[in-house]
Amino acid sequence: MKTLVRHGKVAVTLTAAFGLALAGCSSSSGSSGSAGAGSADSVDAALQQGGTITYWTWTPQAEQQVAAFEKAYPKVKVNLVNAGTGNTHYTKLQNAIKAGSGAPDVAQVEYFALPQFALPGSLVDLNQYGLSSMEKDYTPSTWNAVHVANGLFGLPQDSGPMALFYNKAVFDQYGITVPKTWDEYLAAARKLHNADPSKYITSDNGDPGFATSMIWQAGGRPFSTDGKTVTINLQDQGTKKWTGVWNQLLKEKLLSQIPGWSDDWYRALGNGTIASLVTGAWMPGVLEQSVKDAAGKWAVAPMPTYDGQPVTAENGGSTQSVLKQSANPALAAGFVRWLNHDESSIKIFLDSGGFPATTADLQAASFKDSAPAYFSGQKINEVLTAAAGTVAKGWSYLPYELYANSVFADTVGKSYLNGTDIDAGLRDWQKALMDYGNQQGFTVKAG
Amino acid sequence: MAGRNQPRSPVLTAAMTIYLLYTLVPLAWLVISATKSQPALLSTPGLWFGGPFALFDNIAETLTYNNGIFLRWVGNTVLYVVAGAGGATVLATAAGYGLAKYAFAGRRAVFAVILGAIAIPGTALAVPTFLLFSDLGLTNTPWAIIIPSLIHPFGLYLIWVYATDAVPDELLEAARIDGAGEVRIFLTVGLRLLAPGIATVALFAMVATWNNYFLPLIMLSKPDWYPLTVGLSQWNAQALGANAQPIYHLVITGSLLMIVPLIAAFLLLQRFWQSGLAAGSVKQ
Repeated sequence: MKTLVRHGKVAVTLTAAFGLALAGCSSSSGSSGSAGAGSADSVDAALQQGGTITYWTWTPQAEQQVAAFEKAYPKVKVNLVNAGTGNTHYTKLQNAIKAGSGAPDVAQVEYFALPQFALPGSLVDLNQYGLSSMEKDYTPSTWNAVHVANGLFGLPQDSGPMALFYNKAVFDQYGITVPKTWDEYLAAARKLHNADPSKYITSDNGDPGFATSMIWQAGGRPFSTDGKTVTINLQDQGTKKWTGVWNQLLKEKLLSQIPGWSDDWYRALGNGTIASLVTGAWMPGVLEQSVKDAAGKWAVAPMPTYDGQPVTAENGGSTQSVLKQSANPALAAGFVRWLNHDESSIKIFLDSGGFPATTADLQAASFKDSAPAYFSGQKINEVLTAAAGTVAKGWSYLPYELYANSVFADTVGKSYLNGTDIDAGLRDWQKALMDYGNQQGFTVKAG
Repeated sequence: MAGRNQPRSPVLTAAMTIYLLYTLVPLAWLVISATKSQPALLSTPGLWFGGPFALFDNIAETLTYNNGIFLRWVGNTVLYVVAGAGGATVLATAAGYGLAKYAFAGRRAVFAVILGAIAIPGTALAVPTFLLFSDLGLTNTPWAIIIPSLIHPFGLYLIWVYATDAVPDELLEAARIDGAGEVRIFLTVGLRLLAPGIATVALFAMVATWNNYFLPLIMLSKPDWYPLTVGLSQWNAQALGANAQPIYHLVITGSLLMIVPLIAAFLLLQRFWQSGLAAGSVKQ
């Protein structure tokens, strides 16, 4: 075991060094690229010349951002369309791509869904517009998230490094200390539920976004893609580390089965039924705006880990991509560049509770020192910014993650429903994903 | 009259009571919940009143939220129902009458096609229809909803069956002998006798169009053309994920406002239904 662990560490260090070398490489090539600057200029020219583009998003800040953009570039008109949230949006996007017309110029795409649109060539590689020179302005994990097979398919809008959000009032009432490791978390779950059977440490009825993020944090790398070859291994060491803990929680019925984002869930967050959440750093905005009942009760701590060393994963977050169907991709790229890079746009995004992907904003004193009353004056952004710096490297999603997430309930969801081994569910999931991948023309291997 | 002396079946009564509760409890929940503000909705028990009485505030907010888009959705829904369900009723009536009352070659083939069409769920055709309409450049326009709604094979079948019995051939013969043209016979004799059947088909088509969700979901990506179903589900989805902004109170109030016209339509058209049933019983 010991050698294995050390081996793993060496591998991680090597990857990190390699990553740095690559980063240095690409930034230098980026600057030499922008010396030629023909394409970055074409973006500026398009912005000055003006035109009309369509932008699909469901981010609530978009309306204000578009208004500010149109003020900055009066000749550009942006048709803002909310075509739906999440899957509805992606279905429409995919239909329009398939139909060959009707897609917007710019669309919001969550990081997990990006490969699905980027790999088949539906999106424009923004490297040609000189956007790669902005690497230094974003956190490494989000910069990685907007890349698919060396192509740059957007600029990061927000990020969701995971942390532990907990109801301090409930924790204090039952004498529970904030867990630093997953073993402590498990013990806390038992203690809480035994003391009050109506209360749960958290809720999870089988959510693919959460499960993949948990596997990510545990060091699992179940998906990798190389051209048309996809490798899937949902039984690797990291995955099993996660299921080792989560199987216990599930079998001992320590997880509330309230579906996430339902009205019941919001209610349970307010009245203490759900005592903690392990989720992305964008959660404070949601709590403040929509769980007003629990003001002053919630607090933030680093995500528990397996060995006590700080490490976390990303959960959620979006980018904006330019569609190949766009008649004016240079202008669309200009809008994307402004939207997720211009100070005024980022300010609008952050003011309404977004969590930044830009290092300057993460490190800004005003951001780190903010002590919201909702969290009884805790400087929560210190915890969350620290989390942004400890995101585990080397994660990638499947090139058909939307499909994968849609069949999660049919496979892993069954384990949740019956309170049985999650590993068995994961093996079923893997089988379904391999079958589907092969049907879609990928060569899928079990890793 | 013998029924009066029969003992009541406690099992049936119990079953019907359960069914009644099953039908009415969600409705009661909807009405009660519509009186609550968003915070009260999440902090008070679901099946009883709690918090300040906010029904009128909720209605006002529903009608004005996002520049009054709800009213636009109401208008769209009415347009789709009038043009779509109205058109479907007209087509089903004319075609059903024609098939029932005129013998022509290929009638059996038409019959088979229509029966087959009833068997295909609309959901299965949604994506092919989308690609077809996309080629025609009609997606994101009201036509994408209205044209597919015009096709109502079940309504056609109903009228056909109804017309076979309700419109006696002798009457049509008599009209022909009196010198009336076929169109005039259809408009003056056929339509009147078919009225209860037409009301039934209109009601079915109306409910189907009013509740139509999947087709507009796929066809439309501009909220300006959404019907209420898709609009409300979009509001509901605001509670999801990063940047979530749940507005359950508006979704609930919007749903309540949305079912009012349907209930009104049922109550109004019920009279036609009853007269239709009565007419049938006398004829026998």
